[in-house]
Amino acid sequence: MSRAGSVTVYPTQARAYKRNARLQSALIYLLMALVLVIILFPFVWMILTSFRNQIANTSPVPVWFFTPTLENYRNVIQRNDFLFFTWNSLVVATLSTLLGLVLGLPAAYSIARFKQNGLALAILIARLTPYITYLVPWYLAFRALGLIDTYVALTLTHLIVGMPLIIWIMISFFEDVPTELEEAAFVDGSSRLGVFFRIVLPLAAPGVVAASILAFIFSWNQFLFSLILSGPNTRPVPVAVFNFISYGQIDFGGLGAAAVLITLPVILLTLVIQRYIVSGLTMGAVKG
Amino acid sequence: MKRAADFFDRHAPWLFPLPALLAILVLIVGPILANFVLATYDFFIGSAPRFVGLANFETALADRRFWNGLVNTFYFTGVAVPLQMLLGLGIALLFNRDMIGKGFVRTLILLPMVATPVAIALIWALMFNPSLGVLNYFLESLGLPRSLWVADARLAIPSLVLVDVWQWSPFVALILLAALQGVPQEYYEAARIDGAGAWQSFWHITLPGIRAAIVVALILRSIDALKTFDIIYVITQGGPGTASETLNVFAFKTGFEFFRAGYAATLLIFLLFVVLGIAVLLNLARRRVA
Repeated sequence: MSRAGSVTVYPTQARAYKRNARLQSALIYLLMALVLVIILFPFVWMILTSFRNQIANTSPVPVWFFTPTLENYRNVIQRNDFLFFTWNSLVVATLSTLLGLVLGLPAAYSIARFKQNGLALAILIARLTPYITYLVPWYLAFRALGLIDTYVALTLTHLIVGMPLIIWIMISFFEDVPTELEEAAFVDGSSRLGVFFRIVLPLAAPGVVAASILAFIFSWNQFLFSLILSGPNTRPVPVAVFNFISYGQIDFGGLGAAAVLITLPVILLTLVIQRYIVSGLTMGAVKG
Repeated sequence: MKRAADFFDRHAPWLFPLPALLAILVLIVGPILANFVLATYDFFIGSAPRFVGLANFETALADRRFWNGLVNTFYFTGVAVPLQMLLGLGIALLFNRDMIGKGFVRTLILLPMVATPVAIALIWALMFNPSLGVLNYFLESLGLPRSLWVADARLAIPSLVLVDVWQWSPFVALILLAALQGVPQEYYEAARIDGAGAWQSFWHITLPGIRAAIVVALILRSIDALKTFDIIYVITQGGPGTASETLNVFAFKTGFEFFRAGYAATLLIFLLFVVLGIAVLLNLARRRVA
């Protein structure tokens, strides 16, 4: 079309172009729909499985239409102490996020203000090293201290998941706070701590919310550390659900319901901070 | 009080990050170093450690299961990462247009990477089930033979690759999508005026424009794929036999199922060097690109 100047376009040709373009865009939307269906299918299947009874779930031909039952949810929640495991997850995720904020926020501010790139790199170790590398020494240390199956062990180890996320996300938020505001406060006699709490933190509050939610989600999802360091008193949901599959015959519906119950809070929180997820997962790598 | 505040102000650059640094030192650096000490001991958890020097490293190099784990680690990463880079690029190009509900679609695309890994692994395990799983129903509907999926030693890793590709191609797509939006539209218009076709614009404008983002995605995905644990452990536990046992999973079993802490630490040192080695190599490649 752009070369229309040099080529005479006849009406029939123009119509053919238009039809072609329309066909092309229909094809593109079809492909997009296909991609979305593939991405979402496991979630749809998880939800369907959770609302079907065992007979429908073990049918050799998938049952697409059925009367939904809450039986699976009732079983999972009542028979498996699910609320207790959820409580454990909630406690650990909250505590490790709070601790991550207390330790991570000043560090992120310092990296942003004093351009401590070496420090930022040190935090990258946490991104590079396989988590399992820490686990054998941790297990031995926590066992010696009698801390296996305590919230202390889980909170401290989940800190390693959340704190680097908090630091990386907050660096860019703190960099966006204008230094002029801080300098004005210094002139007025404020101390560095005063500036940090009264000026910088309130301005970066949206970032703090995003970083906290992200740290919370990652602690909630954490499996490996909890698998080894938790016990009957502190077992969080992912480990409980994993144990649940080891028992006898497979209860498809129960597993579906459990999977829905763990994933639901994560999806709801994701909706709130979806803009920050990718930057959280890349942790500064795209910027640097 | 005033003097304390002054002291704090003067030393803020190291006082502010100090707590975080201590946490990193105690919880990350300490354990990494401890592994080097542990690796020189024959140490079953619960019994007395015995110093053995470098014997654990010799054991590993002669251990078929160690080599199997190493090969599986590279097999999994080597197939999964290129596939998700290609698919991610495809998805990014496909979705790089203005349309209604763009934000909503991107939120949907996020789901595989934020959903709890154990839940994802469970659902895939159910879908892989050879007799009742829905994937075999799809194969049959397409006129293809049924498959044993993760129950077949030859297909265990390819099946796990399928899960990883499903989970992480969208992540690659989102990184590349952000980069695509930074490529100036004028370049495309100029190219069109010069008579460049779609393929030529892609090759000479799009690819160079998002090169840096491609390398970043490649680095992140390679490092994370080498470390994959949750999905593999929950779906196959390294099986059948040791068919899908990566170094990660083998080290885990050595430490926490066979309780050989010293040998597990040795395996973890190998794993650490593999990941660091790949990270350094990829970073060199990145410098060359930039």
